[in-house]
Amino acid sequence: MRWLRENFFGGWASGVFTLLLILILWKALPPFIDWAFLDAVWRPDPKACRAGEGACWGFIAEKHRFILFGTYPYELHWRPAIATVLLIGLWIFSAFRVFWKWWLSIVWLVGLTLIGILMWGGIFGMRYVENERWGGMILTLLLTTFGLAFAFPLSILLALGRRSDMPVIRALCVGYIELIRGVPLISLLFMASVMLPLFLPSGVTIDKLLRAQIAMILFAAAYLAEVVRGGLQAIPKGQYDAAHALALPYWRRTYLIILPQALRISVPPLVNTFIGFFKDTSLVLIIGLFDLLSTIKISLQDRTWTGFGVEAYLFASLVYFAFCFAMSRYSRSFERQ
Amino acid sequence: MGRHSGKAKRLAYQAAAIAVALGVAWFFVSNTIANLEERKIASGFGFLGREAGFEIGESFFLRYGAADSYGRALLVGLTNTLAVALIGIVLATCLGTAIGLARLARNFLLRSFAAAYVEFMRNVPLLVQLFFWYAVVTEGMPGPREALSPLPGVFLSNRGIFFPTLSSVPELQGFNFVGGMVLTPEFAALLIGLATYTAAFIAEIVRAGILAVDRGQGEAAHALGLSRPQTTRLVVLPQALRVIVPPMTSQYLNLTKNSSLAVAIGYPDLVSIANTSMNQTGQAIEGIAIIMAVYLTISLSISAFMNWYNAHVAFK
Repeated sequence: MRWLRENFFGGWASGVFTLLLILILWKALPPFIDWAFLDAVWRPDPKACRAGEGACWGFIAEKHRFILFGTYPYELHWRPAIATVLLIGLWIFSAFRVFWKWWLSIVWLVGLTLIGILMWGGIFGMRYVENERWGGMILTLLLTTFGLAFAFPLSILLALGRRSDMPVIRALCVGYIELIRGVPLISLLFMASVMLPLFLPSGVTIDKLLRAQIAMILFAAAYLAEVVRGGLQAIPKGQYDAAHALALPYWRRTYLIILPQALRISVPPLVNTFIGFFKDTSLVLIIGLFDLLSTIKISLQDRTWTGFGVEAYLFASLVYFAFCFAMSRYSRSFERQ
Repeated sequence: MGRHSGKAKRLAYQAAAIAVALGVAWFFVSNTIANLEERKIASGFGFLGREAGFEIGESFFLRYGAADSYGRALLVGLTNTLAVALIGIVLATCLGTAIGLARLARNFLLRSFAAAYVEFMRNVPLLVQLFFWYAVVTEGMPGPREALSPLPGVFLSNRGIFFPTLSSVPELQGFNFVGGMVLTPEFAALLIGLATYTAAFIAEIVRAGILAVDRGQGEAAHALGLSRPQTTRLVVLPQALRVIVPPMTSQYLNLTKNSSLAVAIGYPDLVSIANTSMNQTGQAIEGIAIIMAVYLTISLSISAFMNWYNAHVAFK
């Protein structure tokens, strides 16, 4: 009773808010539940969907294969399915601190090789599937994974460079970081898709997926570098002095003493940046790659199923939310330790 | 290790860095020049003066028609970007501050609402949210004939939001409204999406800023006999602002940069118009250079202004 009074009617303003919010819930919740569940159409039947008042989840049921796997050959969907599970498994595995050993990189290497074999095929009697046909969930996950895997080492170098006492190196790193952070990701993606072919000698071509991946890496590196720099700055100066006193050369000093501490402090903000990056992979839709969001968007272009955008994007939100929420909980559990 | 050998090494490293940077730049530039010659693309900004030949859905300040030049089209794009960014920043700040304060409220319901809002908004990509709002505006709203009219003269329909101005009032003619001012579905979706998304981040900044103010400050203000609203306004907020301003700046910048997602839902912002121009003229390098230069200028000027403001509110 006391708890109720303190938390709901702490003063007249609090009381007004409570009543107002209850009123809003009272008005908005029942229609929403009717729409999303009670009146919803779960069968993949466009006629029933158009006739009914509720949400049309049948759309998702009908299109789930395309949404998850894009244009990958239909009878081979088991391959990206296993690859997706494997990749998510690798991420979960790496989340446990007990496994943060040197052999974790071997596990990743083996895992990614397996995923590569599954996705491309071409050996062990599996049909070859060129990467223009990859799409859906696995593409989003692969863009995130490889983006972070290459951007992270680059970002450490950039952060160290920005803190370097050599003016030229510092200027180059600051210039790079500020330039990339000052422009929208879209402009980098456009640049990669239109200008990268011009940058290379004629005859050398790289496919669209790789071009987008390069842009994502260059983009992520600048943002991660600022997080790592925060970690470097947060280490007590005594640690730098002590490392110096041991007369270790710069790279050993950095590798053995500074980085392990700096990265450990940076885990929560790093995970937050990872979340941002995972969300940003959805932008590859704009340059025509078939990631999770674009397979959903393309599904809506089917004549029989147009007009169910609200359902489709709610579904997309829930999928992205599940991944990001898990990561943000993880980062918060780290902060508490 | 002697001081001199250290100095020589540092010089060598820096010289190597310059050499690598120049080498990479030379590689790209020479390839680009060769490729452009091979494809017979004339480079330069001459195309800006040519006739654009495409219409732009909306323009806030400038008159524009298909006969105008590419330069003018891009200028319209820039004003559209600035319009949505400025209005978005104002809305996001108001909404974000309210939600940030709500997260600290003693009222349980209010607190939970605010927390759920922040958690959901931050964990869904902005692009998904923009598509969602666009779908809501175009699919969820009734057609012009059945338009909702929450206030006299204001009409909500799937053709946009119409409201009266001093000189004219929107009226239904044929299949759409004529007169008054209109917010197109694209603009409305972009604005709602940007403002509600950024508000979640601003809420967290405001909350952290207020929590950073020492409790003793509030207690001291209370002891002086200030009321709770007075304490917030006169004692807590001015101190919290110092913590809030720097991260807030980067949120404003993010909102401005994120407005470039307009291209995905068809709002004619700078990126969208530059993209159309690039497709029509093949002047990709120039188009991207313009986009980058504009955003860098905006970024640098917002951070310069915020640095000035920050120095203004700092402890003296």
